Amino acid sequence: MSEFPNLVPALPELFMAGSALVLLLVGVFAKKDLTAGLSALAVFVMIVACALVPAAGAGHAVTFSGLFVVDGFTVFTKLMVLVAAAFALAMSVNWLRKERAERFEYPVLVLLATVGMMMMISANNMISLYLGLELQSLSLYVLAAFQRDNAKASEAGLKYFVLGSLASGMLLYGASLVYGFAGSIGFDDLAHAFAHGAPIGVVVGVVFILTAMAFKISAVPFHMWTPDVYEGAPTPVTSFFAVAPKVAAFSLLVRLLIGPFGELVQQWQQVVIFVSIASMLIGSFAAINQKNIKRLMAYSSIGHVGYALMGLAAGDEAGIRGVLIYLSIYLFMNVGTFAVILSMRHKGRAMENINDLAGLSKTHPAMALWMMVFMFSMAGVPPLAGFWGKFYVFMAAIDKGLITLAIIGVLTSVVGAFYYLRIIKIMYFDETVEVLDRGVGAGLGVIMALNALLILAFSFVPMPLISTAGAAAAALFRG
Amino acid sequence: MLHIGLAHYLTVAAILFTLGVAGIFLNRRNVITIMMSIELILLAVNLNFVAFSHALGDLVGQVFTMFILTVAAAEAAIGLAIVVVFFRNRGTIAVEEINQMKG
Repeated sequence: MSEFPNLVPALPELFMAGSALVLLLVGVFAKKDLTAGLSALAVFVMIVACALVPAAGAGHAVTFSGLFVVDGFTVFTKLMVLVAAAFALAMSVNWLRKERAERFEYPVLVLLATVGMMMMISANNMISLYLGLELQSLSLYVLAAFQRDNAKASEAGLKYFVLGSLASGMLLYGASLVYGFAGSIGFDDLAHAFAHGAPIGVVVGVVFILTAMAFKISAVPFHMWTPDVYEGAPTPVTSFFAVAPKVAAFSLLVRLLIGPFGELVQQWQQVVIFVSIASMLIGSFAAINQKNIKRLMAYSSIGHVGYALMGLAAGDEAGIRGVLIYLSIYLFMNVGTFAVILSMRHKGRAMENINDLAGLSKTHPAMALWMMVFMFSMAGVPPLAGFWGKFYVFMAAIDKGLITLAIIGVLTSVVGAFYYLRIIKIMYFDETVEVLDRGVGAGLGVIMALNALLILAFSFVPMPLISTAGAAAAALFRG
Repeated sequence: MLHIGLAHYLTVAAILFTLGVAGIFLNRRNVITIMMSIELILLAVNLNFVAFSHALGDLVGQVFTMFILTVAAAEAAIGLAIVVVFFRNRGTIAVEEINQMKG
């Protein structure tokens, strides 16, 4: 008879899942539409979960018969996911009201997707990995098609569903091969099983799993869904897609490659290097011709994934620290940029073209200033935070002798700087064509300013984040 | 008398998996065929897990299969719902017509 599992490490997830069900019941039985109220409550639930995560994840603990793990690494990445999800949800309510797409399921779905992401991060077994991934993915498919009377949104949902399911299938096929040839699906067992090399079946399985994870983090050559889904999905959903699922999938990839497949570094390093180079190239060159700003952000995120993968390719503690620093800076830059995109309205209609920003510095000086901070930071202009993010992954790669990778990274970030600077040029030097609406929402302005100030704060006082990320990376390499 | 062993099951599963993946990319007609291909992929995976589970004498693979079957049902329900939404907006589910966004 097995004893009752220790629930404390999973407390934030249990609390959030329970809250999601309560919010769903309240929404179903309420007489009138409660989207705004339930969204506020869902943000509050995420803030409470932010407080629970460090308490539940103190030290290193494994529970549910080895299926669920918490340590410093999971605490750091879960906090990133929660912050990103809370920002995205807080930015959504206003937009949904203006587009008449208010439905109470929205905050519930975001909450459930976030629970799935946190389960992915804490997965310590292929089964819990799969269940977390599917809880996240199924919620995200629905969110992509959330504007059900919009043809583009339903097309985005359909494309995301087909390619996401294909990725899940590949992940499972890889997991089945690993199970068959290694005899186990627990991460701890797998980590010990490969100390003296692995059979070829396991290597094939790992490649399948890597392919599936590349789909989920939208790395080249499995990125083709990203631009279409980012463009078609409702803008607040895109702002959610751009950060939280990516951070969650990335930390899952890091745990897989460093933990269970850590001994197979020779085999996966080549793949990660190739994917990193391809993502950086496509992310910088394909973005140049884009006119739609959501599509541009899709290619920008593909490029950023390429830079973060460079830290993973290094495969040591410094590299993972670089990945964590990069992802947390990416979070704030992206949330801020999407706050600007969500504020782009002309006569009540949402605008999505880059040229609609023309002359923004004269009509909305504060918004243009914040956008300039985000764009300079994304381009990696020193001394802004984006530069430090790139600095740490490049340094990790160079220390490991991956000089070619670092050189390609520097060159592509120069190409990438072109389209970020073009946005600044359009805002500051082009003539105003259509004046964007004022007063789209004080909340968005606050979020923009907050994220810009956080980026500036990190640019000049980088040590707190660097040391926290270093401790989180060290927790992963403890064993 | 031919003995059916692990290799046979793995071969069948690999063929089914390949058919499923090919069905997603080569099919130009109907989204429903894509949904069927996805199911085929998941069934191939289940076959793999059960065959390995039997060969290893370990029940974990069969437990995993139960989870996959359950999640696959939820996935199919959500996929069909999205297809219905798409059909209402566009009046078709032909794969060639899923082309509003390009580039």
